[in-house]
Amino acid sequence: MEINTTQYKRCDVVKTVGRIDSYTAPDLEEVLSSLTKDGKYKIVLDMEEVDFMSSKGWWVLIETQKACKRYNRGELVLAGVQERIRDSLNLVGMGSYFQIFDDLVSAVANF
Amino acid sequence: MATETFPGCFESLAGIRKFVFKSAMDAGFDEKEIYAVELAVDEACSNIIEHSYGGEGKGEIECTCNDLSDGIEIIIRDDGQPFDPNSIAPPNFSVELEELQPRGAGLFIISNMMDDVDFEFTKEKGNILRMVKRKKT
Repeated sequence: MEINTTQYKRCDVVKTVGRIDSYTAPDLEEVLSSLTKDGKYKIVLDMEEVDFMSSKGWWVLIETQKACKRYNRGELVLAGVQERIRDSLNLVGMGSYFQIFDDLVSAVANF
Repeated sequence: MATETFPGCFESLAGIRKFVFKSAMDAGFDEKEIYAVELAVDEACSNIIEHSYGGEGKGEIECTCNDLSDGIEIIIRDDGQPFDPNSIAPPNFSVELEELQPRGAGLFIISNMMDDVDFEFTKEKGNILRMVKRKKT
């Protein structure tokens, strides 16, 4: 799995490529927690090139969302989530905790 | 029937998913159904490593795929600690974000992704999880 972070004027974009499972989720956790520890709470996770995500990955996003939304200081939003991943997210019931945008441009424009 | 044994570590998950992906594809499932099978198997094996074995590198995971006339049967076997599936409460996703606790999602996902899910715990053969995915009619 590849992870790249880009700093925008009003938010940070984390782009992940590949599969997020129990083996790779700790890498994503490290990147996201380093952002929130640096006081960056407006984050877009670009998932356009993520083709698998297990619950381990979703829990990383939930913990990041908790850090971002605390004191209304920001939010983690998702962009380009593939349909099958979005379906599993909604089926499980975690979908309501995230704003999901069709593409990166509209997700960044949210901030 | 195809059987493969994998080391009980998280690095094995990609290989395990690839193994069931091929069997599900050969069985004629569509992309969404194959993803459901991959996700269920990934969650099951992650649980085995994390909870049944209590960590990585402590045992093996044996995975068998059987073709059925109406779908696919996947049997996952391990030699870790048995558990009572009924004792695992499903996660509550109707609570506020701050109250969410990261536990219990694996079993919930497995039972939502697959049509039949049965656990068997034996001294002789270890822990056996049997899952069936049926094709849409």
